[in-house]
Amino acid sequence: MALDLMRRSASSTPAGSLSGPTTEVAKLIDISKCIGCKACQAACLEWNDLREEVGVNTGVYDNPHDLTENSWTLMRYSEVVADNGNLEWLIRKDGCMHCADPGCLKACPSPGAIVQYTNGIVDFVKENCIGCGYCVKGCPFNIPRISKADHKAYKCTLCSDRVNVGQGPACAKACPTQAITFGTKAAMIAQAQTRITDLKERGYKNAGLYDPPGVGGTHVMYVLQHADRPQIFAGLAKDPTISPLVDLWKGMLKPIAMVGIGLTALAGVFHYMTKGPNRVDAHDEEAAAREMRRKAS
Amino acid sequence: MSEKPENILDRYTTGARINHWINAALLIALALSGMAFFHPSLFFLTDLFGGGAMARILHPWMGVAVVLSFGGLFFRFVKFNFWTKEDTQWMKQVGDVVNAREDKLPEVGKYNAGQKLVFWGMVLTIIALITSGIVLWDQYFAQYFTIDQKRWAAVIHALAATGIIMIVVVHIYAAIWVKGTVRGMTRGSVTGGWAWRHHRKWLREEVSKGAK
Repeated sequence: MALDLMRRSASSTPAGSLSGPTTEVAKLIDISKCIGCKACQAACLEWNDLREEVGVNTGVYDNPHDLTENSWTLMRYSEVVADNGNLEWLIRKDGCMHCADPGCLKACPSPGAIVQYTNGIVDFVKENCIGCGYCVKGCPFNIPRISKADHKAYKCTLCSDRVNVGQGPACAKACPTQAITFGTKAAMIAQAQTRITDLKERGYKNAGLYDPPGVGGTHVMYVLQHADRPQIFAGLAKDPTISPLVDLWKGMLKPIAMVGIGLTALAGVFHYMTKGPNRVDAHDEEAAAREMRRKAS
Repeated sequence: MSEKPENILDRYTTGARINHWINAALLIALALSGMAFFHPSLFFLTDLFGGGAMARILHPWMGVAVVLSFGGLFFRFVKFNFWTKEDTQWMKQVGDVVNAREDKLPEVGKYNAGQKLVFWGMVLTIIALITSGIVLWDQYFAQYFTIDQKRWAAVIHALAATGIIMIVVVHIYAAIWVKGTVRGMTRGSVTGGWAWRHHRKWLREEVSKGAK
């Protein structure tokens, strides 16, 4: 599958695809199947040749404590009392959701530093990244991290390098319970539906698919046992959208500012054309000279 | 200076002029690099600063520098920029201003109301820019602010930057339009006629000081 560009950050002209429509891919994370083994985290570090610092334990299983420039995926553990009074241990694999409408790409000022392939993967292109951190402000999921080493932004690539040669992401390959699966988005939705049916039969009446429409759907989806309350899964956003502030900043504000500045300059040009220069004439100089002599004497 | 022609007045000291032009150069560099981040079509402007990453590194430091340099201008000029009743009257007759009917306007001191608005507009926008700019300066301050605060800062920074660029455009145009003005900020002096026409009250004050 060739990785054709669908969108390119900070580029006014569209990035067209030569090969026509491409099948969208997706990763499906079935939280009800996750056992929290962190094989996905280890596989991610290994495939991407990353090193995470040895951290300290603060009394929870989350390790590291947050996503970092090296840990592009992270198991987040939540202990929650469910509707039926049972204690549930919810483990969500956090990371880039690969939004169809990516806030990071919208916010990015550097041409081609963030791209979206026609298969739906959103990727950071290190060579073009200037390290401004605008992607952090654009992201509705708080995913990108800026490296302290090279001041560039990093996040899950959905293993675009593996997908490009027909492989699934490293995390999906490593998952021992098939809680992480990868395929076409349509196939992943179909698979999620059978899982949701199962879960409902087992009493999870609010089981559902997390594919939030506010960001145009995502190419990383979750099966949630409690899809009515995504927040209980370590703060997963209920109805994520690109912040209206980012919309304003990267939308209306651009033409308003440019037109405002342009019109101000143009007003000057027209004023000069119609009124001409404001010159000091001989009368002014004479009057001034009189004034200055009068006081001097 | 010795033997100055009698109809020439000192307007700006050498220190004030150097301060002004440092400030001008910094503001222009900030506008160019800032607009490069603001609009994709202007991203090429980062090449003036050694590329995108260098522009990103330099822009906030130039912002710190402009706060220092504008601080110098502020303390030099603030005493001439307090608003008076004549300024309100001058603003009411803005039609006479743009049509160059100076004779109908109240006599103006060192600065007219428009210049005072430029001054205070710069003060406000620079305060807004440095405040929001620090919130956006991830390299040193990322951990002190929430993402939503940074989003607000981005919007405020863009709006204030638009404001200050428009103010600078007006400031430059006024200097081009009103002939005899630029020499005040280059050579430091203006002609008596210029002062009589545009800043008569200031001329009378200077003359009665008996100085020049």
